[in-house]
Amino acid sequence: MELSVRNLSVARGGMPVLEGLSFDVAAGGVLVLRGPNGVGKTTLLRTLAGLQPALSGEVICPEDQAAYASHADGVKSTLTVTENLTFWAEVYGRDVPDDVYAAFDLTDLRDRQAGTLSAGQKRRLGLARLGVIGRKILFLDEPTVSLDRFSVKLFADFLAGRHLAEGGLAVIATHIDLGLDAPELDLTPFKAAPDAKFGQDEAFL
Amino acid sequence: MKALLIRDLRLAVRAGGGFGLGLAFFLIVIVLVPFGVGPETSLLRPIAPGILWVAALLAALLSLDRIFALDHEDGSLGLLATSPLPMEAATLVKAVAHWVTTGLPLTLAAPVLGVLLNLAPAAYGPMLVSLALGTPALSMIGTFGAALTVGIRRGGLLLSLIVLPLYVPTLIFGAEAVRRAADGLDYATPLMMLAAITAGTFALLPFASAAALKMNLR
Repeated sequence: MELSVRNLSVARGGMPVLEGLSFDVAAGGVLVLRGPNGVGKTTLLRTLAGLQPALSGEVICPEDQAAYASHADGVKSTLTVTENLTFWAEVYGRDVPDDVYAAFDLTDLRDRQAGTLSAGQKRRLGLARLGVIGRKILFLDEPTVSLDRFSVKLFADFLAGRHLAEGGLAVIATHIDLGLDAPELDLTPFKAAPDAKFGQDEAFL
Repeated sequence: MKALLIRDLRLAVRAGGGFGLGLAFFLIVIVLVPFGVGPETSLLRPIAPGILWVAALLAALLSLDRIFALDHEDGSLGLLATSPLPMEAATLVKAVAHWVTTGLPLTLAAPVLGVLLNLAPAAYGPMLVSLALGTPALSMIGTFGAALTVGIRRGGLLLSLIVLPLYVPTLIFGAEAVRRAADGLDYATPLMMLAAITAGTFALLPFASAAALKMNLR
């Protein structure tokens, strides 16, 4: 289980934002992406997750092992917490492990409609999805937004104690310190030159 | 696929899900037409097949923009796109869910509403069959339109403009089958054409919709 990125260039809306990016993350490792707003953290994560094509370069990772978590949680407000998690588990062909509720402090909220949850609780539900889908490579975009310090600790414990310990790896864009012993990658030096020209990638279709 | 279908149906019947929206619209149009046209049964009978089909088409159109818009807003569409479920399967499931929540109730309600329009007795069976065969095509074509316009704010107008011309063949053959049955003619050919349109859309449009979604998710 390893993620390798070789000389990757990514674009947003046809404009190159990052270029010449290379890094490796081994099993059990975390890479924290840093950089000011707009530098291209989200674009990079979306490209790694396969939501958009890379301009050039390659992403080498085992097939069907990656999962992506965006700013938006994908939580359906008229479904209960359990129904939301069960849905994602079934899409990935798995069962919901019972301890995932405890891991994200959702035990008392299991039968609540997600629409009645607070922003932080909703976020925890969104992150709990990562605990049920069983993917080894996680691309996380600002996972700790609207979480309090206790929940950030819960999430860091989940990452370190379950995900990484079981041989998973993660690439995380975040502005806060998760308390993980992880290398950081500052994206600022990889910012694309403004005059760099690339054509639209029709091949992606 | 089953999980997504169950989730979509569950969302549709919960509060604010929009189940019954199309059915209510269909009901209102059919009830209002006799008031607008006048109570002359001789006038209502020939236009009944056309009115029923146009109303069914507009009712299906009404809820199209919800197919992907809500999933796009809350981020589930992006998460679905990175899940093991192929986008082609996801769009197919979305179309089926849309049909179960709009096309199917319309089809079942149509015979009751046919009475209000004084539909010829011989046409009830063919009308039921024509709606059952034709409304899935409306849902599938609509899903394609919704996939093209997902992410556009207030894309409803654009969606209607894209989808309505594509609906015309379904409307023509659907209404033609009912009209022929009402006139006592052979109605097998338009029904077969209708079945062909539905089969064709279900064979091709999931792929087109998935491609459009991938473009829009970039």
